[in-house]
Amino acid sequence: MADVLAVAESKHGVLAGVSREAVAVARRIADELGCQVEAAVTGASADELALYGAERIVRLVGDDLRPGQVDAWAAALASRIRAGGYAAVVIAATAAGKDLAPRVAAKLGTSLLTDVTDVTVDAGGILVTRPVFAGKALAQVRAMAVPALLSVRPNVFSAAESPRDATRETAVADTSDRSRGYRVVGFEASSGASIDVSEATIVVSGGRGLKGPENWHLVEDLRDALGESAALGASRAVVDAGWRPHSEQVGQTGKTVTPKLYFAVAISGAIQHLAGMRTSGVIVAVNRDADAPIFGVADYGIVGDAFEVVPRLAEAIRELYEG
Amino acid sequence: MNITVCVKRVPDTETRIRITDDGKDISGDGVKYVLSPYDEFAVEAALQLAEQAGAGEVTLLSYGDAATTESLRAGLALGAHGAVLLTGNPSMDGWATARVLASALKDSEAGLVLFGIKAVDDDQQQVGPMVAELLKRPCATSVTAIDIADGVATCRRSVEGGQEVVEIDLPAVATVTKGRYEPRYASLRGIMMAKRKPLTEKAAPVVEAGLSVEALCYPPQRPEGRIVGEGPEAVPALVRLLREEARVL
Ligand SMILES: Cc1cc2nc3c(=O)[nH]c(=O)nc-3n(C[C@H](O)[C@H](O)[C@H](O)COP(=O)(O)OP(=O)(O)OC[C@H]3O[C@@H](n4cnc5c(N)ncnc54)[C@H](O)[C@@H]3O)c2cc1C
Ligand SMILES: Nc1ncnc2c1ncn2[C@@H]1O[C@H](COP(=O)(O)O)[C@@H](O)[C@H]1O
Repeated sequence: MADVLAVAESKHGVLAGVSREAVAVARRIADELGCQVEAAVTGASADELALYGAERIVRLVGDDLRPGQVDAWAAALASRIRAGGYAAVVIAATAAGKDLAPRVAAKLGTSLLTDVTDVTVDAGGILVTRPVFAGKALAQVRAMAVPALLSVRPNVFSAAESPRDATRETAVADTSDRSRGYRVVGFEASSGASIDVSEATIVVSGGRGLKGPENWHLVEDLRDALGESAALGASRAVVDAGWRPHSEQVGQTGKTVTPKLYFAVAISGAIQHLAGMRTSGVIVAVNRDADAPIFGVADYGIVGDAFEVVPRLAEAIRELYEG
Repeated sequence: MNITVCVKRVPDTETRIRITDDGKDISGDGVKYVLSPYDEFAVEAALQLAEQAGAGEVTLLSYGDAATTESLRAGLALGAHGAVLLTGNPSMDGWATARVLASALKDSEAGLVLFGIKAVDDDQQQVGPMVAELLKRPCATSVTAIDIADGVATCRRSVEGGQEVVEIDLPAVATVTKGRYEPRYASLRGIMMAKRKPLTEKAAPVVEAGLSVEALCYPPQRPEGRIVGEGPEAVPALVRLLREEARVL
């Protein structure tokens, strides 16, 4: 029986949280198909994947497999998949995953479904749901080719536990099919941003109502109060004004985010902004205009001046966590 | 060096989407179509690179229906030298689109083929790197700035936590996102000149689909939210609700 492969990603030697979700999705598919889950890890410390249902944990190694060398990783995975004869392959739709997955798909000569938010298995095979037109519609799409290749949107699937006794092995990857002429030569860390807004489980976004970059300490402080899994976001108005980098922009021409908790601070809630965050778990809006469209999607809203509300909110959350 | 930019015609982001009665497609009635916003960054990158080099032509390539000529003319008005339309109906299957585009790029002399990082309709973020694999060229994705020297394109990439710098040997492929390139507006002269620029149309090759869209539906409505209160006095109630009702704190 063909198995299901989950690709687990690690950053700086630490397993990405969404890798657990990818393994859990692979487990769900495997349970339907009656087969096993293999987790291919592109870094260290993956033992915990057994907890989410992996029966085999395979660490891929090879000289070319350096961080960021996406062409080599794509070659390694494609050759593993070709040899393994899997029914499906699940990759996390992180920024790195979105760079990797289409290369793997093309090397295998198969189609790919990006940013999947639901998966079912029926007599016809694997059927997925994915948002299209910036979340204004949902498409149900059937993968007709084998293996079905999909990348799953972070924070959408639960990392359900389903422990297995996993075997572990190290496999030397075949990277001969890598495309030459791609060299990573430098990296400049942007200040503060340790966790990407598209993967954070809590997002605090600021809008034009905050008046200027000098006031960003307000949202930064709220983010800090919420802990390590929180990231900053921004509206396009703020990014266009140069107050914040585009990497933080949420919306149609920015990132799509699906955190468990989203704060929209002094953001009006234009359709293009909603496109990027309307599938968040719980949405909180702070806006001084009671008619702002953001209140139409917010679960909880406070009508008021962000300059007064946000510091109080950060303080109350700190008290909650520390008290 | 010549540059080809692949561009897609998509519904304008403000457009309301209406699903057709068979539930498999969206209705084109009353929909305004535009070049996908990220493709505009790619076009601008190509124009600036050609201007800096003082040589080389920028060609637009699209796979789409006959109406796509309108979007291509708009691109020509910005300064691109020529355009090619592969007529057909692209589906959500990026691999199929990639094979169609690659068929036209196979014998291309373009030193650089640029894409938008994603088309904002299907939002798959995959066609660029797939074409690169088909052409066996190196590919940098999510690129914010490109500098070319001595047969190498140095690309800045927007990645998690910062900017990565990669070098790709030409001929190469890159997918462009917002960064250095602010799309220009068409001048009147540009619009006039666009009418006389070469726009070639040919039928897209037929490729086998690997995906089938079974149905489209509207996303579930979010339940009616509530205003907790006004001003900082509402904070304690909000925190309580987030903790006890929503259980997110
Ligand atoms: C093709 C296209 C793509 C786009 N893509 C995106 C995208 O990806 N992401 C995105 O966000 N936008 C996008 N937009 C832009 C979008 O249409 C809006 O212009 C933008 O989201 C507005 O940002 P904002 O809410 O910060 O600013 P504004 O609309 O100016 O809203 C500011 C809000 O702050 C409130 N406010 C002011 N002062 C205070 C205060 N002291 N306390 C509390 N509230 C206050 C105001 O009541 C107002 O609601 C796009 C537009 C187009 C045409
Ligand atoms: N039908 C098409 N014609 C031309 N270019 C396309 C087409 N579809 C996608 N592209 C290009 O591929 C990029 C990524 O598209 P996607 O993978 O669909 O998100 C787009 O920004 C375009 O540059």
